[in-house]
Amino acid sequence: MLDVKNLTVTFPSRRGDFTAIQDVSIQVKPGEIHGLVGESGAGKSTIGAAIIGLLQPPGYVASGLMTLGDTDLCALTPEQAHEVRGDRISMIFQDPQTSLNPLMTIEDQLIETIQAHSDVSTSAARKRAVDLLEEIGIKNAADRIGAYPHQFSGGMRQRVVIALALCTDPELIIADEPTTALDVAVQSQVLDLIRQLADARDIAFILITHDIGVIAQITDNVTVLRGGRVMETGATERVLGAPEHPYTKSLMAAVPRLDRKLDRFLVPGDGGPPTASDKQGVDAEAWLLEGVQEGGLALEVDSLTVRFAGTRTSLFRKPDPYVALQDVSLTVPAGRVLGLVGESGSGKSTLAKAICGLVNPSGGNMRLGDAALPYGKARARRDPSRRVVQMVFQDPYSSLNARHRIGDILAEPLALYGLEPDKAARHALAIGMLRLVELEPDVIDRYPHQFSGGQRQRIAVARALLARPRFLICDEPTSALDVSIQAQILNLLKDLQAKFNLTILFISHNLAVVRQMADDVAVLQSGQIVEAGPSETFFEAPKATYSKSLLSLTPATNF
Amino acid sequence: MVYFILKRLVQSVFVMLAVALLAFSLFRFVGDPVSQMTGVETSVQDRERLREELGLNDPFVLQFGRFAGDMLRGDFGFSYRTRQPVGEMITDRIPATLELGTVALLISLLVGIPAGVYTALRPRGFMTQTILLTTLIGVSIPTFVIGIMLMFLFGVHLGWLPIFGRSGTVEIGSWTSSLFTLEGWRALILPALTLGVYQLTLTMRLVRAEMMEVLRSDYIRFATARGIPYRRLHFRHALANTMIPVITIIGLQFGGVIAFSIVTESVFQWPGMGLLFLDSIRFVDIPVMGVYLVVIAFFFVLVNLLVDMLYIAIDPRLRVKEAA
Repeated sequence: MLDVKNLTVTFPSRRGDFTAIQDVSIQVKPGEIHGLVGESGAGKSTIGAAIIGLLQPPGYVASGLMTLGDTDLCALTPEQAHEVRGDRISMIFQDPQTSLNPLMTIEDQLIETIQAHSDVSTSAARKRAVDLLEEIGIKNAADRIGAYPHQFSGGMRQRVVIALALCTDPELIIADEPTTALDVAVQSQVLDLIRQLADARDIAFILITHDIGVIAQITDNVTVLRGGRVMETGATERVLGAPEHPYTKSLMAAVPRLDRKLDRFLVPGDGGPPTASDKQGVDAEAWLLEGVQEGGLALEVDSLTVRFAGTRTSLFRKPDPYVALQDVSLTVPAGRVLGLVGESGSGKSTLAKAICGLVNPSGGNMRLGDAALPYGKARARRDPSRRVVQMVFQDPYSSLNARHRIGDILAEPLALYGLEPDKAARHALAIGMLRLVELEPDVIDRYPHQFSGGQRQRIAVARALLARPRFLICDEPTSALDVSIQAQILNLLKDLQAKFNLTILFISHNLAVVRQMADDVAVLQSGQIVEAGPSETFFEAPKATYSKSLLSLTPATNF
Repeated sequence: MVYFILKRLVQSVFVMLAVALLAFSLFRFVGDPVSQMTGVETSVQDRERLREELGLNDPFVLQFGRFAGDMLRGDFGFSYRTRQPVGEMITDRIPATLELGTVALLISLLVGIPAGVYTALRPRGFMTQTILLTTLIGVSIPTFVIGIMLMFLFGVHLGWLPIFGRSGTVEIGSWTSSLFTLEGWRALILPALTLGVYQLTLTMRLVRAEMMEVLRSDYIRFATARGIPYRRLHFRHALANTMIPVITIIGLQFGGVIAFSIVTESVFQWPGMGLLFLDSIRFVDIPVMGVYLVVIAFFFVLVNLLVDMLYIAIDPRLRVKEAA
């Protein structure tokens, strides 16, 4: 039905043309879910945008053919193309938080979409909208339809988005990372819904994602892209189960496995644990080893409770506090990695912030090694724990000061904690540290924006290590990164942990990543610990019902 | 929502108190009121007696309390210069300034918002560039120069419009309005244009920037992908979202227009509060200056309160959260 032949998309610029998509051919039949997978920059979204005719200017279709049924999509005038949008081709975007107009009710948005493409009365359109919402799994749709987008939860909102894409009975829906912003449980519901719609209504889907797990779970066919070219295409089971192209093979190897723990990820060009070869690297390593000779520190958290002020609903009543963490107790033994898992809103990051003193707990005790760890507000600036506990944040794009050079960013902890009084020595250590995280030393004078996400995360790790930490908190350190980059960063963390015997609290919503990284696992649900224990036992035989459902909902990638 | 408005009201009271304190200290500490009122030949004993009678020897807090209380009851004291009650002088002048400010604001909105939308929708068009350049020139020239140029062109050269003063006024109760006669409008249009030009440029550029931002947002892209007609997409989806930040700035600016119409009023000899303020400064008429300060602050507070309520009307996210 949809037939894309030799599609080439070009973005002209002052420095010459950039070819985003080259010679891509895709066929999608009614009722088929076709996956487009690749890492960032692979051109997945550009293909979707080209099909629906919404390429960001100045991009244009340089050559190739796109036909939907009998219609030649390339030959349409802009007006005709706009009529096809919604009517025959629709789209679902990544983030349900931002893809609905916040100022209009769901009802208005659905009705205007239906009326834009068919000549029906408002009441008929409303009836169709209510039926559709019911079908898609929104209860009491007749009442809920008058609500504004912010009154729905993330998963419900994505259902509304799907209803909007569906309400005109299109032949093809392009879903661009439809579940990336959702929790696993919601993700699996939304994916089921897509599969069901494809089967029941014979709608063709193009599913764009970076997540091999999602591809494995629902697509019929898959096209693997890299740098705007097709690497491999075919039935999903065949491509993922027996990849032929070297790129697909390396991509599959980089995906963290949920079913068993591997020592390292197989990354192309990875020569095992890095060894510092030159003098500066050796020096930095020696310096760090000297600082952490005592090894990592154990952390004990005892019935920690964190409350935040709630929203005020009445003039005369104090607002109910929002309980982010309720009586959380856990232990991270020295030199081990504890994986902390849970859905968004479960309190993972709040726990990390409480430990490093960014959030003030309302009750409970924390001990680091032999010393008590004071609450955030009571913790003195010069308290040793401020140096000993270091953090690597999720988003490498916002965790490095954009106005500082890499050298300054790296030297800051050395000066701040008085570890190295001599400026030249600080510089040398910063260079050595760059070697240890496998970056070239000549990048030291650059600014953060000159680096890719993975490189920035290496810099963030280097900065944390230069404080000579004995307890490292990694809060979703790889969730903003592509799988192959994720594999590299995880390898790096593993190597550094082994070398310096660090204690790590590793926070992630991705169970497969945690299985690869953690010695122990703790599961957090709505601010409470549901289960805690050694990692392998947890993954082989989870005890709590919640853990079991989490594990079963995580898409498996193995065939 | 009630809580939100109440909170704003309480905040407003504190703002007004602070301004009243400032006005009072101006009144009390800039120059000596007694020597302003009496001549050279008044004896020291008489001065002392006057001081005692006027309560100028009372503690500061008591004096301020009395000042604020008088203000609340509408007693604003007497002008040094004209010996008239200040309250009357100000209320006589308020209509002229408010009408000027409102018309200037309307001009800036009626031209600024459509121009902003147009330039956002065609960011590279020839018209857009022309509009942007012209308004940039307009905003770079000081207000009084624009005023004089307009006066020269339409008043002197073409002879279409009167060049100064307010005329064609109609009394409606205690309000003298010039909005009901052609003559009134003829006199009003030049000063209003002069005052509105800067606003217009600001509004236009703000609307343009916000609108371009909104047009890049996900929900606009999604609405485009659903084939919503462009007209509806631009004016229903995009414009409403554009207006949220724009309203704040316009509100603040309206307060500014009222407060700083001084230059325009003086160029056109427009008999509003700004001109009164200018005269008061010339004659060190401190009571009038103090009250002017309080009245202007009151307008600022009022407009901001209205903007906050408008916010709630536009943005459902600020309304009381119904059971989600």
